[in-house]
Amino acid sequence: MATTLNYDDVEVGIELPAQVFPVRRDTLVRYAGASGDFNPIHWNERVAKSVGLPDVIAHGMLTMAEAARVVTDWIGDPGAIVEYGVRFTKPVVVPDDDRGAEIVVAGKVAEKLEGRRVRIDLTATSQGEKVLARSQMIVQLA
Amino acid sequence: MPLDPSFIGRTYPPSEPYEVGREKIREFADAIGDLNPAYRDPEAAKALGYPDVIAPPTFPIALTLKASERIITDPSLGLDYSRVVHGEQRFVYSRPVRAGDRLVVELHIDNIRSAAGNDIMSIRAEVSTEDGEHVVTAYSTLVARGTAEREG
Repeated sequence: MATTLNYDDVEVGIELPAQVFPVRRDTLVRYAGASGDFNPIHWNERVAKSVGLPDVIAHGMLTMAEAARVVTDWIGDPGAIVEYGVRFTKPVVVPDDDRGAEIVVAGKVAEKLEGRRVRIDLTATSQGEKVLARSQMIVQLA
Repeated sequence: MPLDPSFIGRTYPPSEPYEVGREKIREFADAIGDLNPAYRDPEAAKALGYPDVIAPPTFPIALTLKASERIITDPSLGLDYSRVVHGEQRFVYSRPVRAGDRLVVELHIDNIRSAAGNDIMSIRAEVSTEDGEHVVTAYSTLVARGTAEREG
């Protein structure tokens, strides 16, 4: 499938609208249930600290899912994604309060590829720290 | 305790089919706070050219993680899951996962290595329909913190 976004209208350097995603403890519980990842480091402070983490951390896959939204909200059709990869560099620490943490995601068209595809590079930070590296998506355009 | 390197190259045969349901997709989309109608409304998905609602791009992790439990909990491998953090993840899609799919997952352990006291395992999950249509390949790198023997 492809989006209605036309390859010829997209230029390298175009910035996608950045987004801020709040992550609280209840977000993690909900994500654990939906994904089936019940690793206690994502919901149990005692276990998280016992393995040397500062506190409960968000699932990397939750951060990856939020980062993808900057692209899927832009292109409309989530099925136009051909490839998506990230490296998790720092954990998103989620304190046990009502504010939790924030993941800030920005994206930019980095390269136009063969076959009317583009590569989009994403950045994600939490509390000023880069939480994703080499975060790249390849998207099929019309 | 370090991981057993003899697991490198192992392949695990396809899992029992996982039937993807509309409500499971909706639950996953809710959990990531994503209101995209393609995940919820069959008519919106059809307007994009799909036969039914499609799943968010990271949804396949729900299947591949479940399938990987066979590896993760294998006592002979020796992985302490509470020490595991996700190092890298990559998906290569042939098409989006959609409601009504019956998917099987074939697992491959592509690599096991140690670095800076951590055990690092690379798992490749080939996700296809039970009829053999490739849907997505998921490459996961899991890092078990502080479990490898430090050198020197």
